[in-house]
Amino acid sequence: MIRWAERELSSWGRVHKAQCLAARPERHSDLLSTMTDSLAMGGSMLAYGAGRSYGDVALNSGGRSVITTRLDRMLAFDSVTGLLVAETGVTFGEILATFLPLGFAPPVTPGTGFATLGGGVANDVHGKNHHISGSLGHHVEWLELRLPSGECRRLTRVESGPLWRATIGGLGLTGLIERIALRLKRVPSNALKVHKRRISNLNEFLVAFAEHAKTDYVVGWIDALARGSSLGRGILETGTPTNLGIEPSNVTPRRMPFDLPSIALNSTTVQAFNALYRRHVPSAGLERTMHYAKFLYPLDAIHDWNRIYGKRGFHQFQSLIPYEAGETALRKLLECVAQSGQGSFLAVLKAMGERGLGYMSFPAPGYTLALDFPNSPGVTTLLTKLQFITADHGGRVYLAKDDTLPPGQLPAMYPELEEYRAVLAEIDPQGRIDSDLSRRLGIRKRSS
Amino acid sequence: MKEHWIILGASSSIARAFVREVAHRGATLTLVGRDADDMSATAADAKLRGAAGTRTLLCDATDAVSRTTFLTQANLPDTALNVFLAIGSMPDQDAMDGDPALLANMIASTYTGPVALLQGLVPFFESQRSGRIVVVGSVAGDRGRRKNYLYGSAKAGLARYAEGLRARLYPSGVAVTLIKPGFVDTSMTWGMPGLFLVASPESCATTILKAADRGAATVYVPFFWRYIMLIIQHIPSQIMKKLHF
Repeated sequence: MIRWAERELSSWGRVHKAQCLAARPERHSDLLSTMTDSLAMGGSMLAYGAGRSYGDVALNSGGRSVITTRLDRMLAFDSVTGLLVAETGVTFGEILATFLPLGFAPPVTPGTGFATLGGGVANDVHGKNHHISGSLGHHVEWLELRLPSGECRRLTRVESGPLWRATIGGLGLTGLIERIALRLKRVPSNALKVHKRRISNLNEFLVAFAEHAKTDYVVGWIDALARGSSLGRGILETGTPTNLGIEPSNVTPRRMPFDLPSIALNSTTVQAFNALYRRHVPSAGLERTMHYAKFLYPLDAIHDWNRIYGKRGFHQFQSLIPYEAGETALRKLLECVAQSGQGSFLAVLKAMGERGLGYMSFPAPGYTLALDFPNSPGVTTLLTKLQFITADHGGRVYLAKDDTLPPGQLPAMYPELEEYRAVLAEIDPQGRIDSDLSRRLGIRKRSS
Repeated sequence: MKEHWIILGASSSIARAFVREVAHRGATLTLVGRDADDMSATAADAKLRGAAGTRTLLCDATDAVSRTTFLTQANLPDTALNVFLAIGSMPDQDAMDGDPALLANMIASTYTGPVALLQGLVPFFESQRSGRIVVVGSVAGDRGRRKNYLYGSAKAGLARYAEGLRARLYPSGVAVTLIKPGFVDTSMTWGMPGLFLVASPESCATTILKAADRGAATVYVPFFWRYIMLIIQHIPSQIMKKLHF
């Protein structure tokens, strides 16, 4: 029997909290019970993984949440093909830790190893190698989805039917993802040769991205408070697999044991931090060999780092602008942020590759910019401005991180929204699977 | 000889975490329980995380025939046997008041079943003359509390059994470690009101394996429960009977 407990679940940005009835199944048979229970008792349900999504995509206020973190077993691995079959709650970090010694790594991983594989699929996550490897969906061979009807379907990439396309990056609204077959990639060692160099403005960044179109991992850290001729200055970080491994260091992660007071983060302290961060890279650049985990998950070294934003929480804004309009839009976005004086630590800029396989996949060719803002008065106005700039240039915001987008902007940003809606209407006419994000954006309302 | 762990009650949250601990160091595992699908998932996971070998055996601890079948298959030649037992059920006490069958089943799965299984394994340990036995009890067995004395009494019985077993196997060089978990974040405690200082199964499993390795007798996990229970054990009966917790 499954026990439902009243819980307050939080998003990673901690702006949103959801009161819900939560179950945390540990066995596959319990997972089935959560679905039957929900169907029998009415109301909506939604899967909740590690709670690493910034906005409200994984929250279901007033409904039921199925926490997947205990469904965390790896079920099969083929060392010839690299195909891993795993339960939905396995984390990227666990996969890396288990398979790196065997010469394999997740082909795509988000910026935290604590995210679950199921959550990764539902948001079609990407990483620092998107321009080469695409997003997670490109590497999922098949997945098993428990539909709201209780039926289980195996969906494959080869077939790429409508349900598959509605599930990859499908915001968890097509059902409970139970098992995933992910093709891991071979790596020559456990380390990467990492190169960092200073970049003095946006233009230099864009040139650098073009130069590094064939480098495995490329990411830019931007000082979002820099203005004028320094607009877009920052650090370019690249990583290339190396044959020489390194001793894995057993660093115990540190904790952020308390909420930092809101006052601690203001434009002056963030400006100082950003300047320091930029200067830690000498003007000649630096090169070092880094373990995959350290390179892929820099913030995982501090558990609960989201607490540095204090109790009020923070928003993350991430948008993608197609290459054609890229430079103009990035300039406008960065100017808008710099003018607002809203401190954003370490904005992340990246050039992206091929588009995702899902109707609602975020990744597509273009530049993506991600910014953090403390949840202070005035932040909503700024976010609205950034959303408009994004929309004006044919871009889109990343729903895995969003919590403020107005519903009206969704169709233009996600042109396959109607196809996605059609699948939801077919498999779940009563809206048994739902989320705060879905209700906020009116995802289930069809315009036709 | 290869380290072999028989995990009795392999689907429990603490057992699953313990399986990972011993898998990481390359042990051979026999998973024993009632949910075949669940055990095969845990076995596959353990194999990928480093277990030298795994097998699963179906066994219902409350069923005598099932126990006998298991005992004939328990041992693996050329391995050093160790046992981890985490079996039990904790139904709502009020529900057991009105349902004698539920009460009987709780005692069978928490006390009589585990005792019969361990007792059946004694000959293996006596001939092996080494090994470790870990028995997961509960702080609930330390005092008879108004709200939980039925389950508590079964766990108390299990604790006394473990104590006697320790004495029986001492000459054979086998260590019997009784674990008394406080509040651990398991499927058993999920959604229970009034929990505090809840520990993760992973951190408990790490502590448990260390305790087993050094042959500790009784270990509270997390450690501070020793002090909490020290206080509770010293509440006079005159006061205890008036408490409702």
